[in-house]
Amino acid sequence: MDFGAFAAIGAGLAAIGAGIGIGNIGGSAMEAIARQPEATSKIQTNMIIAAALIEGVALFAVVVALMK
Amino acid sequence: MKKLLREVIFSIVVLLSCVNAKAAEKEHNNNNNNEEEFNSVEMIMHHISDAHDFHFFDYTDEAGVKHAVSLPLPIILFTDNGLTCFMSCAFHHNDDGTYVVSKNGENFVKYHEKIYQLNEGASSLEFDEHHHPLNAVKPIDISITKNVFSMLLSVVLLLSLFGAAGRSARKNPGAPKGILAFLEPIVVFIREDIIIPNVGEKKHKKYIPYLVTVFFFIFFNNLLGLIPSGANLTGNIAVTLVLSVFTLLITNFSANKDYWKHIFLPPVPKALYPIMVPIEIIGILTKPFALMIRLFANITAGHIIILSLISLIFVFKSIFIAPVSVGFVLFMYTLELLVALLQAYIFTLLSALFIGQAIQEHH
Repeated sequence: MDFGAFAAIGAGLAAIGAGIGIGNIGGSAMEAIARQPEATSKIQTNMIIAAALIEGVALFAVVVALMK
Repeated sequence: MKKLLREVIFSIVVLLSCVNAKAAEKEHNNNNNNEEEFNSVEMIMHHISDAHDFHFFDYTDEAGVKHAVSLPLPIILFTDNGLTCFMSCAFHHNDDGTYVVSKNGENFVKYHEKIYQLNEGASSLEFDEHHHPLNAVKPIDISITKNVFSMLLSVVLLLSLFGAAGRSARKNPGAPKGILAFLEPIVVFIREDIIIPNVGEKKHKKYIPYLVTVFFFIFFNNLLGLIPSGANLTGNIAVTLVLSVFTLLITNFSANKDYWKHIFLPPVPKALYPIMVPIEIIGILTKPFALMIRLFANITAGHIIILSLISLIFVFKSIFIAPVSVGFVLFMYTLELLVALLQAYIFTLLSALFIGQAIQEHH
């Protein structure tokens, strides 16, 4: 049985999840920076850490999808 | 600096002369001269995986003979009879396990960039239904492959650049000049913005060498991987595994007793220990595991996207797709330059964060 199509659907779902997550982080970071421009560098660092963690989970899914 | 430049130009000339020698060599005749069906998955996998030569392009001359232009690399095998070395051009670009190379009374074939040693009497490689070779064994392969070559190149680059920067800093204590003026702001940024906030002011000195090295190693190899026909070193899971194991070892060997107490005696009711302790122990390993997967998957995904966009031209067999494809590839390439820096930054940042969590004082 060929699971290629299911793998593609899985990769797509992972992309949706990561997109929502990173979108939320980015949006909140923008709001925070607008309120406190002097804390920009700190907010950016934390934003990148959080985005990297979410991206890591999404990439787990992509690797699983690649391996089928 | 001039000397370095001269050395670089010299090595490029040497490499190019190798390429020409290779191109002059006759390629094996491709027995199906018909239009081959373009297989994008095969092409992409070939590009992102390791190989025994730097393959630049193929061309077909008037006689219909296919030539490949590539830079051969040495193959070093450890067989029962000892060490065997030869250049990868001995295989004449045969990758199907049919062209036999005899060295020291042993016969070798190359199949999908893996070297097999044929048993006596065998003339080509055969597989059973589980894809195990029937008439050959795999010798221990310590060849200088594309990835190994690229790693050595990056090490030479790092040593020469940072050696020059170090000498310049020692000789001239004033404002930085030359290559130091380029490298010093990056090193200072890593120390001030990555290491000190995460590891802590008091103990950060011990970890600067590792974290700065890992940053520049990943950054340089990401950039070397973006050069067309270069090696995809940071997109190789073995390389990222070793890098993340370094972080794992440094984190756990420098951890203080609070870190271990948090793992084996977490501040939860005693009844939860059977669940919490295994989770915390797995947690030690998942952090570097995520580091490994993140770097591998990011770099590999970038390469796959660029190659897929290029493949579109050949899938649709139309020249009108080309401008769209090339435009998108240009965009992706620029994005990949950002990702090359960002992934080096993230790896260093998270390594510093993990080390900082392990050594922070209890409060």
